Amino acid sequence: MKIRRRNLREVYVWQLPVRFFHWINAAAIVVLCITGYIIGDPPAIQSNAEAIHSYWFGYVRLTHLAVGMIFVVNLLFRLYWAFAGNRFARWNNFVPLTRAQWRSIFKTLRVDILLLTDKPVYDIGHNSLAATTYLGLFILSIIQATTGFMMMFVTTNNIMEPVTTWGLQHLGGFFIVRQIHHILMWAFILFMIIHVYLVFYHDYIERNGIASSMIGGWKFIRADVMDDYEKKIKRNRPDDSDPCDEPHE
Amino acid sequence: MTFYEELKAKGYTRRQFLKFCGIMGAMMGLRQTGVAQIVEALDTKERVHVIWEHFQECTCCSESFIRASHPLVGKILLELLSLDYDDLLMAAAGRVAEETKEASIKKHYGKYILCVEGSIPTGSYGYCTLGGRSAREIFDEEARGAAAIIAWGNCACSGCVQGAHPNPTKARPVHKLISGKPVINVQGCPPIADVMAGVITYYITFGRIPELDGMGRPKMFYARRIHDTCYRRAFFDAGLFVQSFDDENAKKGYCLYYMGCKGPNTYNSCGIIKWNDSVSYPIQSGHPCIGCAEPGYFDQEPFYEHLPSVPGIGIEATADKIGAAATVATLAGVSVHAVVTNIQKRKLIENNTEFPVKEDEVDGI
Ligand code: HEM
Ligand code: HEM
Repeated sequence: MKIRRRNLREVYVWQLPVRFFHWINAAAIVVLCITGYIIGDPPAIQSNAEAIHSYWFGYVRLTHLAVGMIFVVNLLFRLYWAFAGNRFARWNNFVPLTRAQWRSIFKTLRVDILLLTDKPVYDIGHNSLAATTYLGLFILSIIQATTGFMMMFVTTNNIMEPVTTWGLQHLGGFFIVRQIHHILMWAFILFMIIHVYLVFYHDYIERNGIASSMIGGWKFIRADVMDDYEKKIKRNRPDDSDPCDEPHE
Repeated sequence: MTFYEELKAKGYTRRQFLKFCGIMGAMMGLRQTGVAQIVEALDTKERVHVIWEHFQECTCCSESFIRASHPLVGKILLELLSLDYDDLLMAAAGRVAEETKEASIKKHYGKYILCVEGSIPTGSYGYCTLGGRSAREIFDEEARGAAAIIAWGNCACSGCVQGAHPNPTKARPVHKLISGKPVINVQGCPPIADVMAGVITYYITFGRIPELDGMGRPKMFYARRIHDTCYRRAFFDAGLFVQSFDDENAKKGYCLYYMGCKGPNTYNSCGIIKWNDSVSYPIQSGHPCIGCAEPGYFDQEPFYEHLPSVPGIGIEATADKIGAAATVATLAGVSVHAVVTNIQKRKLIENNTEFPVKEDEVDGI
């Protein structure tokens, strides 16, 4: 049988905290979209029960708010790990500041989005285009959390209440805040579709085990690609001691 | 003349006067000593001089004002103010009225309160002219000498109907046209009569404007959402919603959230003070709140849906419809991408290509 990839090397890319973050984040977003949608457009339920015996809409909101808190804490944790994690988790992956990152973004667009050439873009951790979309998602998440807190703390005694209410009022009131929060839900949904599709796409085309990498942490990278990468690091950052393929937390 | 002397001269009894003070104290949520303060202030202080202007409006604020809950309150309030000029209520008209106003402004310069009902057009002057002068000109001049400005109603606070898209007269609310003067935004279309009374009584009693929130509204009346003070709130938490105005649930008085109630978005006292001598308020009468005390509420159409239409994209385009369309388009997009991938990259997928790595080819940090 003909195969394309020999001499693969196992590379440990996603540390345990990154994987935990990823799945908590993904689950939270799914739950928040579902409960948020229900809050925005509750299903018609006819009931003869007295209101005192029922609290389902309250529980939907409670779930939304509780999971919202988990979502935010998880995000804060990832922010910390962007400074404490390994080279593939670090913040500078996500912010396209270097010329090389931009070159890689355009290359990825040509190869994987527009399908103009076959030759794959070699990267070990996130590809630069994907990483930039995660920055977008992060910013989106901050806006979503901020508008969420603005609505949540209203008429509570939370110590953040004066701040969030001030913000709510200076944004132009509840209407606009609720609308931003609602519309952004669709941005999350679009992200999920494209993100999951592209993970499957890369797994199918590049055969590097990327889909399972977010579970186990390991990717399968061509040995010559990996050698080239390590040489580059040694040359550019001689005192970088962060190893590429050892599980270390 | 102090306020009480004025009342006495008009034939009110001390008892009626104290009753009024009691009602106002309760309205403002003062404790008993606060009520005593009101009594003392009205007993000793000079009446406050008021210039009341009507610009682009429908007069519903004035209508509301003269119908304060207790008849005594309405009557006394009009006595309470030295209403030096109000082209709607005053007996004088024409030149006489304007002259009275000018004299009063000159005499009480820096001390009178300017009450503004209605928004001020900044487009053509022709949209609103009084006595041959544009609304803007009149406002600018009178605002300069005012101790404080009370903006009555949504028009003066945020533009209301005239300020709604596309705002042909370029109507502007008071606070956008003046700086450096305290502006009290008394929101609502119209504001609740007792709220209007409360704001004025507060100013007279304490000699300063009440504490305002981030939108310039008095906190004592606008600190809570209708949603949080609504007697139908239990139905909201239980998920029991009216689904159409004539269904069984409407009869049972279920929550109107599904019918587009803006109570969850709106700060006002309707749920507590209510309207028309505290008889009822819109939700109690079976109609969803339209959010008339919030800026831009008129652009939040349709009133009977939870989310407004997205402006510029057809009448019925709500955010959810656009979102669903975008989702379908994205799903179609990735499906097409998957098919094209299998065609374009067939050689790669069938392992008929090799890509040796060149020096320094690997990207990434
Ligand atoms: C992925 C993230 C999130 C999504 C997709 C999302 C989605 C939604 C949606 C669609 C609504 C309904 C808005 C409407 O009334 O039309 C909503 C309401 C709300 N969300 Fe979120 N949300 C997210 C995160 C959060 C977070 C982090 C918080 C804060 C802890 C939060 C707090 C709220 C609150 C307080 C409401 C209003 C509930 C009410 O009206 O009773 N949300 N959300
Ligand atoms: C359902 C919602 C999902 C969301 C919101 C989401 C979000 C994210 C985010 C924020 C990252 C960046 C992780 C980081 O470095 O901290 C990421 C990376 C990744 N996700 Fe997801 N994810 C979702 C579902 C999935 C699924 C179902 C899979 C695959 C089975 C998957 C596989 C991956 C992989 C392999 C990466 C890293 C590879 C890359 O750079 O693209 N994700 N995802």
